Amino acid sequence: MSRPTRRQVLYGSAAAVTGAVLAAPAAFADTAAARPTAGHGDSAGHGHPAGHGPSGGHQMAEPFDEVYQGRHIEGWQSEDGGHGGHHAGRAAGPHEGMDFVVRIDNDDLHVMRNADGTWISLVNHYETFTTPRALARAAVRELQGADLVPVVTG
Amino acid sequence: MAVRKNQADLTATEKRNFVDAVLELKRSGRYDEFISTHNAFIIGDTDEGERTGHRSPSFLPWHRRFLLQFEQALQSITPSVMLPYWDWTVDRTPRSSLWADDFLGGDGRSGDGRVASGPFAFTGGKWPMNIRVDGRTFLRRSLGTGVRELPTRAEVDRVLAMTVYDAAPWNSSSDSFRNNIEGWRGPNLHNRVHVWVGGQMTTGASPNDPVFWLHHCFIDKLWADWQRMHPKSGYLPTGNTPDVIDLHDTMKPWNDVTPADLLDHTKFYTYG
Repeated sequence: MSRPTRRQVLYGSAAAVTGAVLAAPAAFADTAAARPTAGHGDSAGHGHPAGHGPSGGHQMAEPFDEVYQGRHIEGWQSEDGGHGGHHAGRAAGPHEGMDFVVRIDNDDLHVMRNADGTWISLVNHYETFTTPRALARAAVRELQGADLVPVVTG
Repeated sequence: MAVRKNQADLTATEKRNFVDAVLELKRSGRYDEFISTHNAFIIGDTDEGERTGHRSPSFLPWHRRFLLQFEQALQSITPSVMLPYWDWTVDRTPRSSLWADDFLGGDGRSGDGRVASGPFAFTGGKWPMNIRVDGRTFLRRSLGTGVRELPTRAEVDRVLAMTVYDAAPWNSSSDSFRNNIEGWRGPNLHNRVHVWVGGQMTTGASPNDPVFWLHHCFIDKLWADWQRMHPKSGYLPTGNTPDVIDLHDTMKPWNDVTPADLLDHTKFYTYG
């Protein structure tokens, strides 16, 4: 049941699907989430640090960890997230600019915060949510039991 | 001049040629490259970082170029094929001919949302979901579930009346024509249609559903309509804007085309 602390998320090695169209796959490195490892030995995953670090001018969202419709959803602030950092080249990994990590059954769900403080996810990318928890719950409903998979982007 | 027609006006032959060309691009693997590109930009475009394909002024010219590239790919299969557009202010129910089995196929079935008939149904074997965000390998739709109503003509007209193309901070919080048509503000046009269709259309991999192209073709037509209504309103910004595509900046992933190159669609096609 132990999970890797560093996962290749979203940007699968299957980037072999040519990328002939996309010119910028190298922009997305496969750095994993800066998940705090201390205190995460148990599957419940309590003890995520909250409320510290850069907030980019917004109130940072609350961490969460719950079972929703049979799925384990959790979210916490990303240590390497935050705005105003290293946008150039987008070389900081899949969580660059994400501020917040969301997982469903230990698989990463790519999320993004909008300028007005609302949130979107890769599963519901044209619809805004007030909190990462609401976003995660919406993704669970959308997935109807399906697992998230790493996404080929180029 | 090549004419992009309303999908409701296509002949049976035009529908068949369009569908067959799309299926051939899928079979050859070229279709999925478009999905990958779109998904990469939707993940990479952020409100406070570099942004090109979405939530930024170049949303409209980027998709214009993206559609042109896709249309040219279709024409490499069948030279007469043009992208049709879906005017969702008129054809606004699941009973529209758009969703008939001789064209895009219908709504997803209850339970798992699987599109079960038409050229893109899973059972046909010609439309695998290779570039996907979850484990499901079949095309899904849930028409009118995520949001009940498609935008109305009155809502479109309200957005078309806006005179300023775009405005600082040039992102999803801008008060501008571009951001209102994209849907992050105002009555919500483009974004809402993605949600109304449901299934893959709500995800970053939305081009998995061929209706993506017809939806964006109508958005592109609305940009053209807006230009005709506001001939003195140009693309903004015009220079030195960090993280944002200015009028004469080249756009990724092509790196050889600028918004200025794409303002006049009549160089490439007209709308019928």
